[in-house]
Amino acid sequence: MIELDNVGYNYGGGELLTNVSAQLSPGSFHFLTGPSGAGKTTLLKLCYGALSPTSGRVRAFNMDVKGLDRNQMALLRRRIGVVHQDCRFLDHLPVKENIALPLTVAGKDLSQEQDNLQELLNWVGLSERAHANPPELSGGERQRAALARAVILSPEVIIADEPTGNVDWEMSQRLLQLLVELNRMGKTILVATHDLALIRAAKNQVQTRVLRISEKRLQLAGADL
Amino acid sequence: MSGGRIRRLVVGDAQADRVVPPSGFTAQLTLFVAAAMAFLAVFALALSLASGRLADRWADELARAATLRINAPADQRAAQTQAALTVLQQTPGVASARALTADEQAALLAPWFGAELPLDSLPVPQLIEVLETESGYDETGLRLRLQAEVPGAVLDDHSRWRKPLVDAARSLRRLGLFSILLIGGAMAGMITLAANAALAANAQVIEVLRLVGAQDSYIAHAFVRRFTLRALVGCGVGVVFGMIGVWLMPAASQEGGFLTGLGFVGWGWLMPLAIPVLGALVAFVATSRAAKKRLGALT
Repeated sequence: MIELDNVGYNYGGGELLTNVSAQLSPGSFHFLTGPSGAGKTTLLKLCYGALSPTSGRVRAFNMDVKGLDRNQMALLRRRIGVVHQDCRFLDHLPVKENIALPLTVAGKDLSQEQDNLQELLNWVGLSERAHANPPELSGGERQRAALARAVILSPEVIIADEPTGNVDWEMSQRLLQLLVELNRMGKTILVATHDLALIRAAKNQVQTRVLRISEKRLQLAGADL
Repeated sequence: MSGGRIRRLVVGDAQADRVVPPSGFTAQLTLFVAAAMAFLAVFALALSLASGRLADRWADELARAATLRINAPADQRAAQTQAALTVLQQTPGVASARALTADEQAALLAPWFGAELPLDSLPVPQLIEVLETESGYDETGLRLRLQAEVPGAVLDDHSRWRKPLVDAARSLRRLGLFSILLIGGAMAGMITLAANAALAANAQVIEVLRLVGAQDSYIAHAFVRRFTLRALVGCGVGVVFGMIGVWLMPAASQEGGFLTGLGFVGWGWLMPLAIPVLGALVAFVATSRAAKKRLGALT
């Protein structure tokens, strides 16, 4: 589904990642961990085409991401839902419209999507906050809204960058539960986190693989987790 | 531009329109610039059309007319006038020749000397109005014959002062049209600046839209539609005020000369209605180009 083949990435003069190879198969659940600044976010961006590798190749849905033009890239983004640590909402739109944004830009008729939208709001527990603006939301609410936006087009892959970075333990468990549910629906999940407790909690519920970035390379994490 | 794209531009999509936040100063700037430019364009158009009418009138009315002036002593003036009329009647290409009456000559001098001019006591030459046929007369031949038979006759075919006047009127028309082009160019420049400012101010919005799968054409359309409609509305307001201004100008009159004829005539009143459409077209092209360039530069 997403395949990294000897991928390297340089930031300015320095090499951040080198010879990274990994494969996200359909329905898998991966965690990506490593120290701050190790390149977790960069690796996620390489996966959804926000960055191009300086060496090697990234393939998504059997397409070389580097060779995609802007329109093809937009279509790729509709197949990969992304949850950012800072969520990135349009602050002038209420939560409901932010969640529906992928539908809007895809040209869907929102009047026919209201039931799905309401169901999604209920699923992430934001039906009461549908008309609030993003700055009015708490950290956990923002992350759940971002997750709802990421899944509204029913993408095959969901990538989350530190989704529990700014929330308490209870909320991180709730977010994890949503990700686990998505994985059980057949979605491929890739979550970057340095929260080892979250990874352990996930391992109790679903089969996961943990990848660790260490010294510019990607390794399969051992049993110490 | 396809029919579907035009329909989307005109009808729009309320949901899509909301993804770009309303931008304060660029909206006001676009509206103001469009209104001001359209207002000026109405006057430039009125000037151009009036100049064109004037040039045509001068060219038509004076092109086939000439004046023969008899500068002769008072006792020979009548004989020379009669001789000149005879020559003119015999000249092929002269449709008619008529000596002006004393009253007509006095009327011509009235603006300078007043109405009570004692013409008999002044050495005023006799004037003969000459109208030529479509084919015209042989000017050189006529001059030679007049020189021989009517020594005091001077033929003035008006070309000496008609041509500069017609040229001036035509230049004024060209100037008016050029001004409209300049106004359009200035408007395109201002709207491009405003669109660039709006695109730069919304870089984060664009990033989010791309993140959720928006194609560049969708993002560009949101900006292009907004600026096109603003230009259309602004130009519409400017044209209304411009047309009121032209309508309030004094009607054309003989006494007022050229300045009182600066207006629209007949179907000419419909011509300013094209300005909002052209303004919207200018805004559409300017914003499309700005959006394409800006979105191409944003990674």
